[in-house]
Amino acid sequence: MKTGRLALRTGAVGALLALTTASLLVGGYDITIGNLFSDPAAREMFFISRVPRTLALILAGVAMSVSGLIMQMITQNRFVEPTTTGTAQWAGLGILVTLIIAPNTPPLTKMVVASVFAMTGSLVFLWVLRRVALKSSLIVPLIGIMLGAVVSAVTVYLAASFNLLQSMSAWRSGGFSGIVRGHYEPLWVVGAITVAVFFLADRLTVAGLGRDVARSVGINYERVIFVATLLVAVATGVTSVVVGFLPFLGLVVPNIVSLVRGDNVRGNLPWVAALGAALILLCDLIGRTVVAPMEIPVSVVLGAIGAAVFIALVLRQRRHAAF
Amino acid sequence: MIEFSDLHKEYQGQSVLGPVTGAIEKGGITSIVGPNGAGKSTLLTMMGRLLDPTGGTVTIEGRDVFTTKSRDLARNLSILRQENQFTARLRVRELVAFGRFPHSQGRLTEEDLEHVRASMEFLNLTALADRYLDQLSGGQRQRAYVAMVLAQDTEYVLLDEPLNNLDMKHSVLMMRQLRRAADQLGKTIVIIIHDINFAAAHSDRIMALRDGQVVTTGTIGEIMRDTVLTEVFDTPVKVIEVDAKPIAIYYS
Ligand SMILES: Nc1ncnc2c1ncn2[C@@H]1O[C@H](COP(=O)(O)OP(=O)(O)OP(=O)(O)O)[C@@H](O)[C@H]1O
Ligand SMILES: [Mg+2]
Repeated sequence: MKTGRLALRTGAVGALLALTTASLLVGGYDITIGNLFSDPAAREMFFISRVPRTLALILAGVAMSVSGLIMQMITQNRFVEPTTTGTAQWAGLGILVTLIIAPNTPPLTKMVVASVFAMTGSLVFLWVLRRVALKSSLIVPLIGIMLGAVVSAVTVYLAASFNLLQSMSAWRSGGFSGIVRGHYEPLWVVGAITVAVFFLADRLTVAGLGRDVARSVGINYERVIFVATLLVAVATGVTSVVVGFLPFLGLVVPNIVSLVRGDNVRGNLPWVAALGAALILLCDLIGRTVVAPMEIPVSVVLGAIGAAVFIALVLRQRRHAAF
Repeated sequence: MIEFSDLHKEYQGQSVLGPVTGAIEKGGITSIVGPNGAGKSTLLTMMGRLLDPTGGTVTIEGRDVFTTKSRDLARNLSILRQENQFTARLRVRELVAFGRFPHSQGRLTEEDLEHVRASMEFLNLTALADRYLDQLSGGQRQRAYVAMVLAQDTEYVLLDEPLNNLDMKHSVLMMRQLRRAADQLGKTIVIIIHDINFAAAHSDRIMALRDGQVVTTGTIGEIMRDTVLTEVFDTPVKVIEVDAKPIAIYYS
């Protein structure tokens, strides 16, 4: 049992390292471990574009999958994550609003605005959720997806009226091709958020058992929900500005981990983070290689894989019709 | 002692409980009985500060349950609701361990683990400790919930129909465990229970509710009478004695 777990951990770390290495070496410009030492131009390229891109992928992957984990606990629903609750779409609207009002806003301000919009979106979703009597597990994400669709429609309409459709579609396709040094660094905030989640882990698990259980063991349920929503909003806001829209990651990753390990947040967190990073690295590698030298944006690959897993989960849920 | 005064609850202007005034004495087991919809759960969940009243107050040893800091109260009072439907997949051991949260804030000490172990053993769950909740039968799950509440190790324990889903053996076992907790550890236990004979056999006092009012509160001898029970349950009840214990007959 113990050795099995150790083997699993070693395997996971190994796979993550292999994917990271592949992500660092694969690409248009020919970089190998050998010419990193001999060719200064290759080294320059490596540190300006490859390393930032890989780091951005890992951080964004962690951000979205941990956000999904948090949202699933606080709503007690397996199918929610920032893109199925409208949170990410609100962040997009926030970005558009800064583009309209002040096109030259520095990225940091954009991130704050996007986070505030994301927070608003989450709160709207939670508010609607409280007013819906039928909380069947599929109605909840359906509501979120519809809220997101409304916000997206408003965003597209505004973008069209202000001639900004092109910037918005770049956002929508969540690409990592433009990521270079000096661009991705704000994503490190995700690290801080993951640490915060680690400290909040037990409270989140208990919140996942509902308000009454949380209250009876003396947890301030409303405050936990608020702090959790805030963490998700910042993670989503920052990721949206730096990378764009990354669908399904927050859905697929926590669900797979939960299938294997149950729902204890503290123990699951490292697995969710690692699997999130691994999956996005893999999707990015696929996107970069299948149509090389062109690229398929990672969000498209994620969308395809994520949708398949989503349907598989729904079907599985139907078989376990008890809930 | 838990005291409530002028406590009432309305839904959309419709009164479902009270105003009621009364008290649960410290120590021993008090059973709350009454027909469906009498307001038993409403009263219990308000005493356990899970439901906000429309008006009135609840105090536990003089402290207002709605204003006392929730974490402090959680070391003094625990409550299990009638319906529990968890979507989170946790193992029995993990669930029971969360009962220690008010004491440990998540970092379990040796003492916490000992409480968790004892509590699972109390409820015959040791063999199921590593099962996920969704892999248990209804009665096993119910026992896991009760184990979580007992692991919280509070002076006051409120349980809404803890015998839900339990078979005869486990019902008796559960009542014996609660009896032991009351007698040996000096806990004050309040349970809602439907089987009046079970209530009479295992508790010290009975509080009877009907139509949102406390009809009467008293010792077993005071409540187990034809007239009292017939009034409370609105159905003919006859009390006979078997082995010097009062038994209510209501089948005819
Ligand atoms: N959320 C609610 N909205 C409206 N009415 C409610 C609500 N919750 C409970 N009630 C009503 O309050 C009354 C008392 O309910 P309560 O749950 O306290 O009954 P009970 O005595 O516990 O019954 P049971 O034995 O069936 O559990 C019932 O008539 C019920 O219909
Ligand atoms: Mg009830």
